[in-house]
Amino acid sequence: MVEVETDLEASMLCVGSLFCERDDRILFEDLNFELKEGQVLQIKGSNGSGKTTLLRNICGLNAGYEGAISWYGDPIRECQEEFYSSLVYIGHRVGVNKVLTPLENLRWSSSLQQVITDDELLDALEQVGLRGYEDSQCFTLSAGQQQRVSLSKLLLSRAKLWVLDEPFTTLDAAGVKQLEALLKTHAGNGGAVMVTTHHTLSVPDLQVLEFG
Amino acid sequence: MTAQTVTTFEAFKATLKRDLLIAYKRKNDMVNPFMFFLIVASLFPIGISPDPDRLAEIASGVLWISALLASLLAMDNLFRSDYEDGSLEQLLLSPHPLYFLVLAKNISHWLVSGLPVALVSPLVAYMLNLPSESYFTLFITLLIGTPVLSLLGSIGVALTVGLGSRGLILAVITLPMSVPVLIAGTLTVQQTLNGASLAGYLAILAAMLFAAVSFAPLASAAALRISVN
Repeated sequence: MVEVETDLEASMLCVGSLFCERDDRILFEDLNFELKEGQVLQIKGSNGSGKTTLLRNICGLNAGYEGAISWYGDPIRECQEEFYSSLVYIGHRVGVNKVLTPLENLRWSSSLQQVITDDELLDALEQVGLRGYEDSQCFTLSAGQQQRVSLSKLLLSRAKLWVLDEPFTTLDAAGVKQLEALLKTHAGNGGAVMVTTHHTLSVPDLQVLEFG
Repeated sequence: MTAQTVTTFEAFKATLKRDLLIAYKRKNDMVNPFMFFLIVASLFPIGISPDPDRLAEIASGVLWISALLASLLAMDNLFRSDYEDGSLEQLLLSPHPLYFLVLAKNISHWLVSGLPVALVSPLVAYMLNLPSESYFTLFITLLIGTPVLSLLGSIGVALTVGLGSRGLILAVITLPMSVPVLIAGTLTVQQTLNGASLAGYLAILAAMLFAAVSFAPLASAAALRISVN
């Protein structure tokens, strides 16, 4: 009995009979899965199969679905504040303003969730290899560097759930390795990750969700 | 690591600061509405008549319409770049009430687009030969009225930010909502010139401002959620 309870406790995100339709095409129906603490879930599927839509459904950015999404047992719509305090979402559009510098971008996006000092911000930028660029405006950076700005947020974040939409696309080999290591550490600390990518992930205990 | 959560007020301040910083770095966007206001207002004497008496009659209306058009011109900047680069999604996914974050964006937007127009209005009023005793009235009505225009415009922008080609639709949504403010603003200037007391008219404008502050960010927030869908 006790074991069942702890098992329930560890189930972070639970998706039940999810149905989503777009322009009269059914993207997915009767989709059920569970994400536990310490798990990395990779979502695979062909282009246009609804991977991004699923992530946006879960984050509450897209409400065009039927079914239940719950966060530690509560429907996400009823525990929004708690859910959003524990969530980092990085989408296709990475949320990096072009006229601001990496430092200013990171300062704002992190400050919505946690109190953070400039030293911590600079440290995070250094770790993603952007030290020396912290005062350049982001339109002067390459796409991969802008991606790195958004990923530096993961280094600072204490959120438990990371939802990443194609985070590897513009990264170089070293960046890919670093991000993989980051995902491992996060899962090791009891966090959970949902990630869409075509890239073969080398992460222990990887769960895969295949889309048609 | 101890997780120290951010209060909504801090998130509000951070958003306000960020938007002011962006405005400062994109000086074009900051100066455009202001220049537009000056240009439109100075076209009227050329187009209608340089006769001081006729100008004095239409001055308050001209100034208010110019301010309205200038605010409309500036509106599109409010959410567009955030929508395009994904910052808007980050805003929607913050744990804080969206009302306050949208309000922060509105305030920052007004500080760089509405406030300069209000500040320079006595100068343009002088050019249009508005009686000098009305300068203060004009200034104060614009000071209260332009934030209402910004707040109402923000609803229109939030509704249209996801559309590919916006064209005139923003004006079609926003201008009808702005008409009551325009009427109240110009009426205040004219009627106080005719001897009416300023307080009553200002009370109407202030009521509009408080209503807009209370409800417009809620409407904008709801519209933004639909737009990113």
